[in-house]
Amino acid sequence: MIIKTTKELVASEITDISVFKRRRQIIKAALAAMVAGEFIAPAIAANNNSNWANLPKSNYADKSLTPTPAGLIKNYTNYYEFAFNKQDSTDLAKNLRTDAWSVEITGEVEKPGHYYLEDILSQQSLQEYIYRFRCVEAWSMVVPWIGFPLADLLKSVQPLSTARFVKFTSVYQPDTMPKQASNQMLEWPYVEGLRIDEAMHPLTILAVGLYGDILPNQNGAPLRLIVPWKYGFKSIKAIVKIELLKRPPITSWNSFAPNEYGFYANVNPDVAHPRWSQNSERQLGSTFFTPRRQTELFNGYGEQVASLYSEMNLRHFF
Amino acid sequence: MTYLISRLWTLSIVGCLIPFLWLIVDITFDNLGSNPIQELHIRLGDWSLRFLWITLAITPIQTITKWRGMTDYRQLFGLCAFFYATLHVLGYLVVDHYFQWRIIGIDILESSYIWFGIIAYFITLLLALSSPKWAKKRLGKTWKKLHRFIYIAACAAIMHYFWQLKGNLADPLFYLLVIFILLGFRGLVWLKDRQLAQLMLPKSTK
Ligand code: HEM
Repeated sequence: MIIKTTKELVASEITDISVFKRRRQIIKAALAAMVAGEFIAPAIAANNNSNWANLPKSNYADKSLTPTPAGLIKNYTNYYEFAFNKQDSTDLAKNLRTDAWSVEITGEVEKPGHYYLEDILSQQSLQEYIYRFRCVEAWSMVVPWIGFPLADLLKSVQPLSTARFVKFTSVYQPDTMPKQASNQMLEWPYVEGLRIDEAMHPLTILAVGLYGDILPNQNGAPLRLIVPWKYGFKSIKAIVKIELLKRPPITSWNSFAPNEYGFYANVNPDVAHPRWSQNSERQLGSTFFTPRRQTELFNGYGEQVASLYSEMNLRHFF
Repeated sequence: MTYLISRLWTLSIVGCLIPFLWLIVDITFDNLGSNPIQELHIRLGDWSLRFLWITLAITPIQTITKWRGMTDYRQLFGLCAFFYATLHVLGYLVVDHYFQWRIIGIDILESSYIWFGIIAYFITLLLALSSPKWAKKRLGKTWKKLHRFIYIAACAAIMHYFWQLKGNLADPLFYLLVIFILLGFRGLVWLKDRQLAQLMLPKSTK
């Protein structure tokens, strides 16, 4: 199924999605090779060369930011479906199956349906977004994500005027995700949510890559949300379902510990977590004897997003 | 075996220093992962707590083996726990915050898990200061009472650990279990001694 977009894209604008298809093609080609013999191999090799290294940078990407080294980003991430520590999560996430990924978009929309990720990508123009990423555990990094605005996808399925919230659901794959299999910690699958104006904000993206290549599994492959002014747990990984709703969804961490993790979870140095301060953060890649970074309100994106919350008491709606 | 026992003191000192040397090696070769400063806190905090365990295990071992003369070992391991706790605190103040007192102040005020750490550190500091032989002599009976606070230090350190997590409690629970077993053993011995004492007392004086 192909999504109709409001404006047709010229061929040159359409992103090269061959990187994304690469894994599938390798498998397919390998199977074909068994039948057809070896002469297919050069074709695969040619295909491997394409990547997303030279994508245009988003206007919103702060060009003054220096990205955190890729090795650090890829080895320091929470993924509670796999394990409760970052090292084991990274190792176990290798087992996640991401082939033939599709996303169900339902709820208050004109055109609900199941959409293959490949088809979604063929309609979106990918850009690089260099964003700060701030975890609720008080560490942060700068990540060159590759993705597209969530708003563009939502518009293509035509939200109804009754849509006031967006609910995101992660994959349920207990055979590869041990903590789902043993039903530990959170209610699985993982759920996150945004208000519709947050979801439509141009800073909010769906990411499919980082550092010029497809997302590593542990970083949320094949499709994750990035909301750079909120704590990292809002940026749900491995999305399989997007629902537009009239009422706020019940989200995972918020329902697990409502006094610790709010629905909004906007980065705010003045509102401490009940057990630890959010006033400063350790930037990955900084060395011994480098003081912590002073955390900024809305993670430094206040100019763009503060107006969304102008009438709200941020201490109450944390 | 006798060789080992005759070298036990030396081996213990080496054992106390191994985690420290290991940490130095890992720092030198940049082996501490993506967030080396946090890993430094974790290593030093964990080893401080483990040496608190070992210190607490000495008296039960002495009771079981009836081997006198383990007091020196208890002191050694206790001071070692204090040594790692001190490095842990210095790591926080210097390596992590580099003396940014304003940020440190806010961080401590707003982080209740650190309050438990401070309680634990304050107690280990008192115990370390009162550990020399002359201090022990001068304090007399009070010394024993004071040094029972080590159980409180261990529990506060475990609360400090437990309180910083997002909900995965297995590791601190394991530390707590060991402390309870050690404390339980002391409790049993105390009960038994009391019963024996009562049996041995002449009825009339009761
Ligand atoms: C006897 C005293 C103390 C002991 C035994 C102790 C022990 C520990 C332990 C076991 C951990 C957790 C390690 C892990 O995650 O495996 C830890 C973490 C930590 N402790 Fe302590 N601690 C003590 C005192 C303090 C004090 C006084 C401070 C601060 C002034 C402090 C600051 C920290 C910090 C910042 C962390 C790391 C939190 C993180 O993972 O981000 N500790 N400590």
